[in-house]
Amino acid sequence: MEPIRSTGKEYKMLLRHTPQEITERKALMINPAKTCQPIGAMYAALGIKGCLPHSHGSQGCCAYHRSTLTRHYKEPISAATSSFTEGASVFGGQANLLQAIDNIFTVYEPEVIAVHTTCLSETIGDDLPQIFDKAIKEKKVPEGKTLIGAPTPSYVGSHVTGFSNMVKAMANLAAPGGKKNGKINIIPGWVEPSDMEEIKKIAAMVGVDINMFPDTSGVLNGPLTGEYKMFPEAGTPVADIKDSGNALGTLALGEWCSADAARLLDTKCKVPCSVLDMPFGLKATDRFVDALRTVAGTSVPDEIMVERGKLVDMISDMHQYFYGKKVALVGDPDQLIAMTEFLVSIDMMPIHIVTGTPGKRLEERIMEITAGMGRPVNVRAKGDMFLLHQWIKNEPVDLLIGNTYCKYIARDEDVPYVRWGFPILDRQGHQHFPTVGYKGGLRLLEQILGVLLDRKDRDDPESKFELVL
Amino acid sequence: MAKAQKLVQWEPNDVKDKLLAKYPPKVARKRAKQIMINEALENTTPTIEANVRTIPGIITMRGCTYAGCKGVIMGPTSDIVNLVHGPIGCSFYAWLTRRNQTDAINDSNANFITYAMSTDMQDSDIIFGGEKKLAAAIQEAYDLFHPKAIAIFATCPVGLIGDDIHAVAKRMKEQFGDCNVFAFSCEGYKGVSQSAGHHIANNQVFTHVVGKSETEKTDKYKINLLGEYNIGGDGFEIDRILEKCGIKNISTFSGNATYDKFASANQADLSCVMCHRSINYVADMLETKYGIPWIKVNFIGAEATAKSLRKIAQYFGEKELIDRVEAVIAEEMPAVKAAQAEVYPRTNGKTAMLFVGGSRAHHYQELFNEMGMKTLSAGYEFGHRDDYEGRHVIPTLKVDADSRNIEEIEVEPDPVLYKPRKSAEEIAALVKDGLEFKDYEGLNPAMEKGTLIIDDLNQYEAEKLVELMKPDLFCAGIKEKFSIQKLGVPMKQLHSYDSGGPYAGFQGAVNFYREIDRLVNSKVWSYMKAPWQENPELSATYVWE
Repeated sequence: MEPIRSTGKEYKMLLRHTPQEITERKALMINPAKTCQPIGAMYAALGIKGCLPHSHGSQGCCAYHRSTLTRHYKEPISAATSSFTEGASVFGGQANLLQAIDNIFTVYEPEVIAVHTTCLSETIGDDLPQIFDKAIKEKKVPEGKTLIGAPTPSYVGSHVTGFSNMVKAMANLAAPGGKKNGKINIIPGWVEPSDMEEIKKIAAMVGVDINMFPDTSGVLNGPLTGEYKMFPEAGTPVADIKDSGNALGTLALGEWCSADAARLLDTKCKVPCSVLDMPFGLKATDRFVDALRTVAGTSVPDEIMVERGKLVDMISDMHQYFYGKKVALVGDPDQLIAMTEFLVSIDMMPIHIVTGTPGKRLEERIMEITAGMGRPVNVRAKGDMFLLHQWIKNEPVDLLIGNTYCKYIARDEDVPYVRWGFPILDRQGHQHFPTVGYKGGLRLLEQILGVLLDRKDRDDPESKFELVL
Repeated sequence: MAKAQKLVQWEPNDVKDKLLAKYPPKVARKRAKQIMINEALENTTPTIEANVRTIPGIITMRGCTYAGCKGVIMGPTSDIVNLVHGPIGCSFYAWLTRRNQTDAINDSNANFITYAMSTDMQDSDIIFGGEKKLAAAIQEAYDLFHPKAIAIFATCPVGLIGDDIHAVAKRMKEQFGDCNVFAFSCEGYKGVSQSAGHHIANNQVFTHVVGKSETEKTDKYKINLLGEYNIGGDGFEIDRILEKCGIKNISTFSGNATYDKFASANQADLSCVMCHRSINYVADMLETKYGIPWIKVNFIGAEATAKSLRKIAQYFGEKELIDRVEAVIAEEMPAVKAAQAEVYPRTNGKTAMLFVGGSRAHHYQELFNEMGMKTLSAGYEFGHRDDYEGRHVIPTLKVDADSRNIEEIEVEPDPVLYKPRKSAEEIAALVKDGLEFKDYEGLNPAMEKGTLIIDDLNQYEAEKLVELMKPDLFCAGIKEKFSIQKLGVPMKQLHSYDSGGPYAGFQGAVNFYREIDRLVNSKVWSYMKAPWQENPELSATYVWE
């Protein structure tokens, strides 16, 4: 069925082979709602100051991850690779990695090399700690420089767990027994550089002395000045990451992205932790601010109250336009949980929710959050965007929220669409304008309203066309 | 970068020394062989090392064999279901990222380019083997889409755990009866770059698809266009021109390709090779097996396009076609010349560097020449020595541990379908008249003496080159784009064309002139410094009048 468009132009369906009838698939994933672990490890590592991520596998892995991150950020993404050949794949990649470590420290002079594995090096069983020991023994690691490593086989988890594994490898740098530093660790999870900046700003407003890792702000949203610095003056310094073991406590944002690292700091260094939802939307931000206030023993300043009030104000001002609207969502678990809660909290109806990242807990959380909606909700971890599209065909929605690949569904089904998540390959702004916190909530709501009202303006008949909305 | 900064004129030898200075000795020795100062001596060029391993830890521009096979060659095909057997990443990254355009937009023809399909292998599949899951996925794809063909691509772990994807493909093909299923052993670790993947893809298409069409192509001047990938619509523009000339392109490998177009390739009377690197061996096989001669063509650059059309007309040798081609060139050229004249004053004398692909670093120099721009330095990401030095060096190429693993298929004249299109005498007469068959000169002879030709350029060398030689434009791929632009130098992607194109043919030339004019003359490059940075030291405080 061709969608009806008020423009009168004939549209050809881009995903016209997707049938409405849903058949169970056991082996075939179509249009994934996830990608593989290593890219998450690479993104996380870029949030360490002076760090060169290194992909221990075929050079294609590294090329693909760099390309995707480059397209998402429109920024240079430097990362190296072990460039496996068939020989290395048979005999092991140790020689390649040792040579790579030597070359990287000589040519690029980073402070840290953050190595992640791939399906290739994991399948052949390369042992990173053993190779690191050998590199150190062979004096390939200059004095004061750091190697960290994370196992990220692509056949386990998703890009989200890869991120988590690299952040856990960072936490593993912390050693127990130091003097308490009076700080609170914040592990922000896989959010945009703009979001990391906003989280730091909120903590500063509440008056909390934080130590945040990773921190990609300033790394992946840098200026154009005519000079290129492979390692910008940004990111969390290794010394700070090591110091995280001396913190008063850790706030981990997102169960999937950040909890493992926080729990490691707890078991290894006796730094207690709270795992919170990512602070997207009103209620999750409320909990984040409340947690900051509580751990720091301060009161929430007026400027935060004003920001919060502005978000509540816009929700009330424009409620009629989004109330009851049905939404389809695709993304990563931590983001989906917070976004679903935000949508429910403003009386919208998220009805189709998909991630590719495994974890039954997502489905349970979504069911809890949407329980009060009084209607069934489709939710699937280990799903794909083909399924999401089929759900939409079976019950159309008023709004679609997800990454750039959603544009094909949005165009075919003629659904208003907000780009949010990873990757965003065709629009700008995510690297500069946060969607976390109250300010970020305002931006999300502004974007949602923008597409809903644009649609209303497009579709309203001439007699009903309104100046004031 | 402002002209005023171009204070030092580096000698090519100095530049080479600077590029190598920081490397560990072993790396420097290896890279020295891949960095060549072009000294065109008589009819020879110095040897350059190419198609050799990337050095671990050196940030390369290259991708992998899977990228060359699934991404480059099979990516543009519309009605073949491309199913990736492996963990999810490889399928995800090759999903719609190469800007392959297709005209298969109507219900009458299938288009699966917008779909990414994968077996999404999990750890249990790695441990117990993934063949069952692959077979089930093929069945599910067949049940959902009923395609003419399903192509299976192996990613790294598949080769290691020993899944026999070819056996699974064969079994499913037999089971379906109405769907061709074939597989590609294109694990990312094979070979040294994408180039190995092109080879693996082309071999399998040749083996499993070419010659299988049941529809007879009856057009008069039938050609194949080999090594054209329809990035940004290049293939559409070339087809527009060919059609206008009365030449029928029955099969492009593989831009805007369909199963039936591949399958019909044996019916052409001439193969025209665009990208020599990715496909010259298919041209050879088409000649050996079916009797189709091949020539090298280039549709990048208006003059090169005209020249290529004349070569095709000369081959067919009929006045009707020769006249038609001249008429088309005469009709198309005025618009090209007008655009050229418009930008020329703004582009003439500017300089460029090109590090891309296995032929584009050569082909695009045609367009830059037409704009009066000089190429200071160029090289391939995945070229072989013949792409630099010319086809004549092929017999002298050494087979090494990496190239040995890439299958070479032996073909013989097909007992039924072999039909020499021209007799030996006819070919000899055409050669005498200046038409060269089976030949490609390479990049080196096309470049000026003293230019730098660099194979497998890496990020460090790219940055150094730009700092030292300060070109007005740098051309490479997405990974290189923003580190170059941070230096204040515009960067044009010549893999994906950024969001532009087509750049092939006559209209493509016009697009390219305008695009390069826009890039090198954009005001943005003058905004690197704020006004107050020109005179940062204040000598006195300002006094309000």
